[in-house]
Amino acid sequence: MSILGTRVIRTEDPRLLTSGGVYVDDLREPDLAGAVRATFVRSTAAHALITGIDTSAALGAPGVVAVLTAADLDLPAPPPAEPAPDDAPPPEGPMPLGPPWSEPLFAVDRVRYVGEPVALVLTDAAYAGEDAAELVSVDYEMLPAVPSIEAALAEETLLYPDAGTNVCVRGRRPIGDDSIFDGCEVIVEGDIVNQRVAALPMEGRATAAVWKDGKLTVWTSTQNAQLSRLILTAVGLPPEAIRVVAPDVGGGFGAKIGIDREQILIAWAAKRTGRPVRWVETRNENMLGMTQGRAQVHHIKLGGDREGHVKAYRLDVVQDSGAYSRMGGFLPMLTNLMAPGVYDIPAVEADYKVVVTNATPIAAYRGAGRPEAAATIERVIDWYAAETGVDPVVVRKLNFIRPEQFPFVTKTGAPYDTGDYEAALDKVLAAAGYDELRAEQRRRIEAGETRLLGIGLASYVEITAADGAAGETAKVEVHDDGTATVYTGSSAHGQGHHTAYAMIVTQELGIPMDKVEVIHGDTDLIPDGVGTYASRSLQLGGSAVHNAAIEVKDEAARKAAELFEAAEADVELDTDSGTWRIKGDPDKTLSWSQVAAAADNGLIVANVRFTADRPTFPFGSQLSLVEVDVETGKVTLLRHVTADDAGPILNPLLFEGQRHGGIAQGAAQALLEEILYDADGNPLTATLMDYGAITAAELPSFELLTSETPTTVNPLGVKGIGEAGTIGATPAVHNAVIDAVKHLGVRHIDMPTTPERVWTAIQKASSK
Amino acid sequence: MKVELTVNGKDVTADVEDRTLLVHFLRDVADLTATNVGCDTTSCGACTVLLDGESVKSCTVLAAQADGRAVTTLEGLADDGEMHPVQRAFHEEHGLQCGYCTPGMVMAIVSLLKENPSPSEAEVRRGLEGNICRCTGYHNIVKAALAAAASSDMGASQ
Ligand code: FES
Ligand code: FES
Repeated sequence: MSILGTRVIRTEDPRLLTSGGVYVDDLREPDLAGAVRATFVRSTAAHALITGIDTSAALGAPGVVAVLTAADLDLPAPPPAEPAPDDAPPPEGPMPLGPPWSEPLFAVDRVRYVGEPVALVLTDAAYAGEDAAELVSVDYEMLPAVPSIEAALAEETLLYPDAGTNVCVRGRRPIGDDSIFDGCEVIVEGDIVNQRVAALPMEGRATAAVWKDGKLTVWTSTQNAQLSRLILTAVGLPPEAIRVVAPDVGGGFGAKIGIDREQILIAWAAKRTGRPVRWVETRNENMLGMTQGRAQVHHIKLGGDREGHVKAYRLDVVQDSGAYSRMGGFLPMLTNLMAPGVYDIPAVEADYKVVVTNATPIAAYRGAGRPEAAATIERVIDWYAAETGVDPVVVRKLNFIRPEQFPFVTKTGAPYDTGDYEAALDKVLAAAGYDELRAEQRRRIEAGETRLLGIGLASYVEITAADGAAGETAKVEVHDDGTATVYTGSSAHGQGHHTAYAMIVTQELGIPMDKVEVIHGDTDLIPDGVGTYASRSLQLGGSAVHNAAIEVKDEAARKAAELFEAAEADVELDTDSGTWRIKGDPDKTLSWSQVAAAADNGLIVANVRFTADRPTFPFGSQLSLVEVDVETGKVTLLRHVTADDAGPILNPLLFEGQRHGGIAQGAAQALLEEILYDADGNPLTATLMDYGAITAAELPSFELLTSETPTTVNPLGVKGIGEAGTIGATPAVHNAVIDAVKHLGVRHIDMPTTPERVWTAIQKASSK
Repeated sequence: MKVELTVNGKDVTADVEDRTLLVHFLRDVADLTATNVGCDTTSCGACTVLLDGESVKSCTVLAAQADGRAVTTLEGLADDGEMHPVQRAFHEEHGLQCGYCTPGMVMAIVSLLKENPSPSEAEVRRGLEGNICRCTGYHNIVKAALAAAASSDMGASQ
């Protein structure tokens, strides 16, 4: 009997549900007793020269232990960054550009966004920190702000005068003349904005650090302790002198890959002052300082014949990377790579450039460069369908890459492994009742009703574990008490890896789940690991656990054979009962503890790094049904039906949970979320009062269908599911809104489709 | 100032700054860290606890305002090691992922079901408008709330 594929409720939950998780702010380690509280003084100017910092008043305030600024930094200069190769799928770690684009720890003589850290106040108590931070006075000489892509491209003001430009990275897939569109009977063209949004994990960034006996211990809310450790060597210590621990982490969504400058400063401050230091950001700080996502403008052109066959597609991306180009500089490569989506388009051109602006830096956010590609191609396919008068379902089906074409390399170089795009679309159409929905849509229009229906489709493919070559580590141990321990380089922060990985061990070794402990996120125990992002954990980390368990089993078979005094080939493991036996002799058995006891140190152990030679490409179709009130512009999401295929499902509960969360974040971007700045670069959405984080009241329950097309890239046959929900939902919901009003002459509304935007679009179209 | 609370049935007394928020009293004085802080504008509900049986956002109440009153946090919900029906429903329906919003969500639902023991899905969704979860898309949280309402032992535990 296989445990894989069954609905196993999570082993993580009882603790989280009865005493709550232990996040950084909850740590009560003895070493953190008496930790001082850290409060950052942040830039209030979007773009300015710092002409003076006066910390004297703050230093004299009650409870203040230290006030630190760039002048106090005594760190070696970081080594220059390696130039990144352009074409291979980029690793998704933070990849800062070298000089002149370098990001300092504290702002030195210039600030480039509101919220940039300028000084650090350490106090005995949290409330005192807020008071003292107010007393640090920073003199600014204001510079004109560059708050948008448009302003950046105008190059009237440069963020980095030494660079001589605001364009920090350029793609190397040049856009040619218009010859790829020769012979196209129908051409659609235009701009599509993929707006800046907040990652918004419910726990913001948080770090505690202790410097003791020549070792720096850092607890931090991160998606990868090992990468954090590497980045923390910036404090002037070798990796061996640093221990990073990821305690419970309250969500990440890409924004907690590695560790940020604030957190390096916390570690440095602990070392410098010799006091344990704890920093837990406020939501306001989080909305200013945590990296944000998306922030691209696309110029597109697509051509085809009148019957719905797409012949040529061009995508030109401008990425706003914010003030400092970390990963933001590399996201549009993924957008380019995934440009043609699920379609077999004979000619595709994709290029990009990245600009710096006076805004919060951009990095990974659920999907990281791929949702932008899907959002645009799916929107543009609808433009083309509308222009040709062919039903959007028909256009999609005419152009899908067909199952027999896999493996398929797209014109942008993406090596798709497996897929059946039409089957996924047919599934959602049948489950949603597409024809009936179209009939009801027509009925409401003809009856002159004011609440109209919109039906949005999205067929998507996405790339997961893009950096599969980096792989993931696992160590599996079986002890002489019959228990097993898994050490994984993956770093769960809500995904349920402890349950999933224990299931894999139980499947292979027959050791019951309650005897399998899974450990992650401690560099002393797991010095080598990659972490959780890019929907990579099950396919890489899970495969590593799987392979390590098999190595343990092989080793145990040798031991069992010795104990039985039998040939190894005659020994087998009964995984139902977790006992070793001799084939055909049910009376002779050995337990795991007996077999492990016979091994050196009473321990059977296997260490594995699993690497994949290629990424995987999960896919699916989503259908969204919205109601638009044409009198007010209000959009209500009524139904959302999806078929998401990421290969065999290890645990439907976890699989569905990932999809639910992903769909909600995609719908949120389509409907209401957006980070806004005014013309001077002041953020207008720096609290949860101003930022429209989606709530339960704005969402329906989701209707999920499944299919399981395995990949050959890893032994579990699985692909990633963490981001697929978002990648499909964003265009499905977006397309639905416009579908509801297209008969009124509305061709496009940029996201988020707020009532104001929808209403305005209707007014504009009807006054034409 | 001196503040005296009954937290999960135990007396907790301390001298605190006047401006001490209830959530910080619970976390730092009573050392009950399940209750989380997710915002600074009373928007997210991560800090939801019961004050004399009614749900409040503990980031918006001064400890002083709660003086002499009874507070229930997530830690006080289980009965003799037996999970409360809402906790159990969260476990069975996968109503949590990272767990950060969970203490507030659970307390908000306990309170919601007390006021409306058999709510519709729409009523649950409206009732949770003040609680943000970034992980679950709310789907399984709503399912858990409805499952808890439907479970026969719910009535007995209130
Ligand atoms: S912390 Fe209380 S509502 Fe957000
Ligand atoms: S479970 Fe992570 S915020 Fe709700």
